[in-house]
Amino acid sequence: MKPAPFEYVAAESAGEAVEALGRFGDEAKVLAGGQSLIPMMALRLARPSALVDINRCRDLEGLAESGGTLTMGALARQRDLERWSVARSPLFREVLAAVAHAPIRNRGTVVGNIVHGDPASELPALLLCLDGSVTTRGRAGERTIPADKLYLAPLTTSLAAEELATTARFTLPPAGSGWGFAEVARRHGDFALVGCIAVLALDGAGSVSHARLGFFGVGGTPLRSAAGESVLVGREPTAARRLEAARAAASALSPDGDIHASAAYRKTVAAVLAERVLAAALDRCGKPA
Amino acid sequence: MGAKLFGASVRRTEDPRFLRGDGRYVDDIKLPGMLHAAFVRSPHAHARIVSVKTAGAGRLPGVIHAFSFADLERWMKPLPLFGAIPPGLAARVAVTMKQVPQLAMGRDRVLFVGEIVAMVLAESRALAEDGAELVEVAYAPLPVVTDMVAGAEAEAPVLHPEWGDNVAVFFQTGFGDADAAFSTAEVTVRQRFDIQRYVGMPIETRGVVAQWDARDGSLTTWNGTQVVHFVQQGLAAALGLPSHKIRVIAPDVGGGFGTKANGYPEDLLIPAAAIAARRPVKWTEDRREHMMAAAHARHQVHDIEIAARRDGTMLAVRDRIWLDLGAYNSWGIVLPYNTVAHLLGPHRVPNLRIECRGVVTNKTPNAPYRGAGRPETVFAMDRIVDCLARELSMDPADLRRRNYLSEADLPYEIDLPYRDGNRLVYDSGDFKAGLEAALAAVGYDALRAEQQELRAQGVYRGIGLSGYVEGTAIGPYEGATVRLDAAGRAVVATGACSQGQGHETSFAQIAADALGIPLDWVTVVGGDTAAIPFGVGTFASRSAVNAGSSIHVAAGRVRDKLVAAAGALLEAAPADIEIADGAVSVRGAPATSIPLGRLIQAAIPTFAKPGVASPDFEATVYHHQPTVTYTSAVHVAQVEVDTGTGAVKLLRYLVAHDCGRLINPLIVEGQIHGGVAQGVGGALLEELVYDEQGQLLTGTFMDYLVPTSMELPPIETVHLEYPSTRNPLGVKGVGEGGAISPPAAIANAVEDALAPFNVRVTRTPLGPSVVLGLLEGAKKQ
Repeated sequence: MKPAPFEYVAAESAGEAVEALGRFGDEAKVLAGGQSLIPMMALRLARPSALVDINRCRDLEGLAESGGTLTMGALARQRDLERWSVARSPLFREVLAAVAHAPIRNRGTVVGNIVHGDPASELPALLLCLDGSVTTRGRAGERTIPADKLYLAPLTTSLAAEELATTARFTLPPAGSGWGFAEVARRHGDFALVGCIAVLALDGAGSVSHARLGFFGVGGTPLRSAAGESVLVGREPTAARRLEAARAAASALSPDGDIHASAAYRKTVAAVLAERVLAAALDRCGKPA
Repeated sequence: MGAKLFGASVRRTEDPRFLRGDGRYVDDIKLPGMLHAAFVRSPHAHARIVSVKTAGAGRLPGVIHAFSFADLERWMKPLPLFGAIPPGLAARVAVTMKQVPQLAMGRDRVLFVGEIVAMVLAESRALAEDGAELVEVAYAPLPVVTDMVAGAEAEAPVLHPEWGDNVAVFFQTGFGDADAAFSTAEVTVRQRFDIQRYVGMPIETRGVVAQWDARDGSLTTWNGTQVVHFVQQGLAAALGLPSHKIRVIAPDVGGGFGTKANGYPEDLLIPAAAIAARRPVKWTEDRREHMMAAAHARHQVHDIEIAARRDGTMLAVRDRIWLDLGAYNSWGIVLPYNTVAHLLGPHRVPNLRIECRGVVTNKTPNAPYRGAGRPETVFAMDRIVDCLARELSMDPADLRRRNYLSEADLPYEIDLPYRDGNRLVYDSGDFKAGLEAALAAVGYDALRAEQQELRAQGVYRGIGLSGYVEGTAIGPYEGATVRLDAAGRAVVATGACSQGQGHETSFAQIAADALGIPLDWVTVVGGDTAAIPFGVGTFASRSAVNAGSSIHVAAGRVRDKLVAAAGALLEAAPADIEIADGAVSVRGAPATSIPLGRLIQAAIPTFAKPGVASPDFEATVYHHQPTVTYTSAVHVAQVEVDTGTGAVKLLRYLVAHDCGRLINPLIVEGQIHGGVAQGVGGALLEELVYDEQGQLLTGTFMDYLVPTSMELPPIETVHLEYPSTRNPLGVKGVGEGGAISPPAAIANAVEDALAPFNVRVTRTPLGPSVVLGLLEGAKKQ
């Protein structure tokens, strides 16, 4: 379990990193936290000819909340986000607690997790539910990819090989909204067999004004369920309607099975969790986030 | 015995170095000029080797050698075989057994994914792995056997053509007349159970370093093994060297669990490579190699039935058993017979009929792992007992109360020979008292009441019981040399090697008590063939009994010599000599007290006088243990099942057990905690999954799921002490027990939690997908 030979470039700035990525083309990989890449290289499942290490790039550090948007650089560790969440967001706090284990979060970056694109990972689904985006830099310059345009297939995003993801942005849920998060994993910290996130806000009449229902672990990419959300928006979120939304959302899924859970299990439990997170979200509506 | 340290929860003296990261493991051995080995392993589960071409690897800069079987043929003697049938067993049970020796490297065939076909030596491990990628091996795939039941049939492809079929072990045994009991019984219950393939995962993988000294033809090898003397014997046979020219050292070893008590190709290949290359060679097993090629374990099918009266009195058990042995049968009778000998456990069952098949398949060879057949057989028995309880509408605790043996029944003979050929006689214990102690400690009646209340709220909790009686401390012997230096400090050398069991503390407690010296005057040396010429090793819950007894007796003999010398010097009768805290005195005359070192120096020869004693304050004892001593336990699990997701949460786990007299309760509890954790893994998480082509699908820790502290509740323990009658210390083995009952107890608890849905649990691990499947299957009925 030693990696195949590779070249190593320690970039001092985002510009240097982008230049190096351009030079190596699709043979290179960016090294940030290394919590997924390095084990894959040790197993020789990933064999990049070069690693561009961005850990020295001071211009990629930082995590800041401003005007309802949370922005973080490519070097913000998952633990940084977790620390921010302690005072600011129980939703983020609960999601982060399910992301692997503390030593991994100390090293792993938020942006790295997001652009790795594991369909069973929590943060990509959260990015979708919070209308987030990723900003990239390449030789052609900078562009911002909204979360719903980011994920194409398992471990495959719309980033070009020579693009560096520099920033991730989350739009924080509207004031007075409620949230729910649930996942089934074989053990604490494992990738989810099925996971679900909901955000709901109500208007003055008690109807749903804002609904997000996201899933992970039940498809090739993280998903937002238009089918489930549309059942709720503009209506009163009664138990029957939440159940209808959960079922509509689950029936639109076509997960794969693996040794840990069958496809049928994932579909069944997606509905169960969706119903639970919608109930939790409604329960939290109007309470301080 | 002074009994000052014996029985005390002494903190483990080895822990400071482990906790600081200062342990010294095989991978910490670094020798000048050392080469690193990597192996080419078969990607096929069954194939003919057409050709092995190593030239490409040899040309890579940094690669020093690339060896195929032909290059090392002179040393490629068969690996050692274990588990011969002892005469006492052969006299009672007609066993058909086939064993074929495994070669350290595939010569013309490979029989499992991971079998070694070539070895590359290079200046670094990374370069060796680069070189291994350049070895070209051509294979012709052969038909694959993965299912033990189908594989036992006549039409299955055959792994070892000279056998004619894949049944490596077959026997029928029993006592009484089970068929007659079944034909007239008021109630019978039958069920098939599948126990999955899983195995211990030591934090430290295996590793071997070897250094050949051409000047005197001696070999030193460091090997993370539980059995240094077995490794030495295997090397002596394969290399044609006298044993005293081979020194095998197991330094600190980070977990063994039986996996490291197996004989392995690398034990031989690394020393052979060091001789061939004339340079030291290191190989550290990586986790992928460990998963695919270190011994696997468990994996049985039981088609079991039980006959009883309506009042719950058990009358007979019949069981057809299949064991998946993997590709070879190097452990012979051990796993099949352990399974059979432990089936009935604490229950009084007058009639038994068994049919047992050990079957080879194209998978990694199996070896004993913490429990070695007992977790599987206890699963089958305790599950069928719960099925019977359901059939009788009896509380599972009451059914066990009715059938468990108590102290008045002991010694109790089960009319089978034990695996060592001796009669199977439970020596001491009270299994019914253990059951009552467990139920009382867990608050069983309160848990039952809580269960009813919560069910009304849609919360499904269950309570599961499992009990076992375990033959521990298999002999025939382990030795110890106890030796004092001039200051009265003691070295205890034994063939028992520690992989984390705390030998340095518990053995020192025994020696210090017997010698009358402080604990920190004792240094325990295990895992070094140079320290003692004969040894068996640490496995089968055997070291406290076998080595502990030897240490106790040997230290007593050294003390006798000290007493004789002191009597002569202090002009007192030996009976009046007292040794305590490292000082000698005449009883009742504290003023006579002198430090042990002064006694020794005054006693030994000088230029002036011959002395009253020779300087060898030393004794060697090989305690003979003809047969095992029986521990027992009752485990109670409480779970909560989420009926929406199938997720099982383990809420409580309690163990009431008897391991005879406790040497160190802290260490005993640690053993139980670790064993239970591994048992919980077997119950809920761990499975080595193969596909139909014999490919391992769980090759990393992402897919092979060992429990972490997050998955475990605090483990509660109740100690019962029924001293063994079979050794001078009254101790019994405790290393394995914790791992035996959790799969059965947790499976019983899950089924109990889901009793309103009428599910039947027939397999482990009980992942959420499996549990939800049970619920959905029950709904459809």
